[in-house]
Amino acid sequence: MPFNTAQALEAYRRMERIRCFEEAAQELYLGGKIPGACHCSIGQEAAIVGACMALRDDDYITGTHRSHGHPIGKGAELNGLMAELMCKKTGICKGRGGSMHLADNSVGIVGESAIVGGGIPLATGCGLSAQARGTDQVSLAFFGDGASNQGTFHESINMAAVWKLPVIYFCENNGYAITTSVKDSHGQPDIARRAEGYGIPGYIIDGQDVEAVYEVTEAAVKRARAGGGPTLIEAKTYRFDEHNVGLDIIGEPYRADSEIQDYINNKDPLKLFQQVLQGRNVTQEDLQSIRDEVRKAVLDAVAFAERSDFPEASELYDYMYSNPINYPATSTH
Amino acid sequence: MTTLTLDEVTKTHIKMSYMEAIVAAEIEEMQRDKRVILMGEDLSIYGDGNITTEFGSSRVWSTPISENSFTGAAIGAAMTGLRPMVALNIASFMYLASDQIINQAGKLHFMTGGQMKVPVVFRCTLYHNCAIAAQHSDRPYPMFMNAPGLKIIAPSTPADMKGLLKSAVRDDDPVVIFEDTNLWGSRGMVPIDPDHLVPIGKADIKREGSDVTIVSISGCLKPALAAAKLLEKEGVSAEVVDPRTLVPLDKETILKSVSKTGRLVLVDNANRTCSAVSEIAAIVSEEAFESLAKPIQRLTTPDVHVPASPGLEKLLYPTKEQIVDAVKKIL
Repeated sequence: MPFNTAQALEAYRRMERIRCFEEAAQELYLGGKIPGACHCSIGQEAAIVGACMALRDDDYITGTHRSHGHPIGKGAELNGLMAELMCKKTGICKGRGGSMHLADNSVGIVGESAIVGGGIPLATGCGLSAQARGTDQVSLAFFGDGASNQGTFHESINMAAVWKLPVIYFCENNGYAITTSVKDSHGQPDIARRAEGYGIPGYIIDGQDVEAVYEVTEAAVKRARAGGGPTLIEAKTYRFDEHNVGLDIIGEPYRADSEIQDYINNKDPLKLFQQVLQGRNVTQEDLQSIRDEVRKAVLDAVAFAERSDFPEASELYDYMYSNPINYPATSTH
Repeated sequence: MTTLTLDEVTKTHIKMSYMEAIVAAEIEEMQRDKRVILMGEDLSIYGDGNITTEFGSSRVWSTPISENSFTGAAIGAAMTGLRPMVALNIASFMYLASDQIINQAGKLHFMTGGQMKVPVVFRCTLYHNCAIAAQHSDRPYPMFMNAPGLKIIAPSTPADMKGLLKSAVRDDDPVVIFEDTNLWGSRGMVPIDPDHLVPIGKADIKREGSDVTIVSISGCLKPALAAAKLLEKEGVSAEVVDPRTLVPLDKETILKSVSKTGRLVLVDNANRTCSAVSEIAAIVSEEAFESLAKPIQRLTTPDVHVPASPGLEKLLYPTKEQIVDAVKKIL
């Protein structure tokens, strides 16, 4: 089913929220305000939002080191996310996770894993749990083309197929695992074609088309809720920025400038969807008012994060255990 | 140590093996709490084959041979409302699952700022001393002691096993339980009470004594108690302390015993370098050095692989005679 008007505007709003949030993050990172890593998903917003729009609030998601887009796509508030990027105590993970690990339980983001492929079994377990508890929740594992070469991809999808678990395996294939291209690392570059080997449906979709992503994911979710088992979806997409913001690739470039420019100029998912919306009687003013609202939310989030404190030294041992026993160990001296 | 009379014991306790205690704990916890599930390989023949029949396929998940992913699936299930018990079988298989155990189970509560809880139990069996060679015989608990976020238990009696396994299932953190297959057949009195719990993080003095402290890990309790008996005949009173939990370690009980006896012999089937008892030796050296009359003695498996040949393998693990000799060395 295509989007109705309200869904279409919400999808656009979420894509703008990811774009605007990450543009702010790029600036903050280069200005030294975000420590550690900063992997942006600019260019991949349609794949993320199209998938998330097919899910309910109580459905689960696991993700990757490129973690900002997933909670935003699922509808998370921005303040806690931006504060987490800045490693503040008001961050969604209290400054313990940082940019690569934006879990937000309130919207079902149970954990983004910076171990490539590490989240795939977790999502499988969320689906197992939903099935065992007799709910109609589903889980969705976001992972990249690189992760599809990990053993967890094979093991997890096979288990989900055997047990007909309600799991959507969603590959954001942006063409490159850091600098290694799909063609240099995959015997079969169409990752979703592996689905046949597991006896489950597999779909390859245009990851720059948010509505196409939504329609395929929505059908897979519906099937999963009805007990039909897992689906493998591969969204062909593209990362506009470097693997990490500001990463300087020394030596031969691994992708051509012309390729990057072609995506930015001709396959920007936000521009493409603006055109679709305008063809459906959404006005420039409507779109501008969404952009204004998003920009304000992002600026508020940045201000919130900037004025927040870092965690105290006295909190160092917090959150190690749900049920701490003799922890931290005290010295008898 | 029990303080009940024999008559009282038979009313409240039942004799069972270490292996039977494991199965009983699992079945009782599954009966008590429908969130508790069992996952692992070949479960259809487990527990005399009755578990699947009794609880059904939504509670018992007999998995493909995919250790890393069924371990991860258990973690995902634990974060979303279930309390899985995962049978990893042979402890050497943990290496295949170690990414999920260390990077996910042990870290997710912390990395999510406390949003996620991971109430999962990993059962890992120490399958040594049975001629199955180096890839099936490791005692890898020290490696996991160096991975914060996990709780690690290594019970040595049927009653401790049942009570600690139940505590592990009811705990909100990931617990790794190491069971020594050399103890599977050993029998003992176990409380009948289905809420019999042994607290995590509490050592047990298995034998009181005054001249020397012997701390034994898991299956080493057997030769340690045998050595204590031999020493008694020679007029030496040995106290035998079983930590039962390796993380968090009950160092107070160990330090208290050492401050009483002034002598410490440590017995561990792990490889020598960074063994569980290496940590205990370090703690006692740091915190009770002035109590020690003589240097600490460590008895461990040497840093060598387990050979298939039984004649060679039996040379590896600490014996009661070696324990007696180590004690005599520091008397």
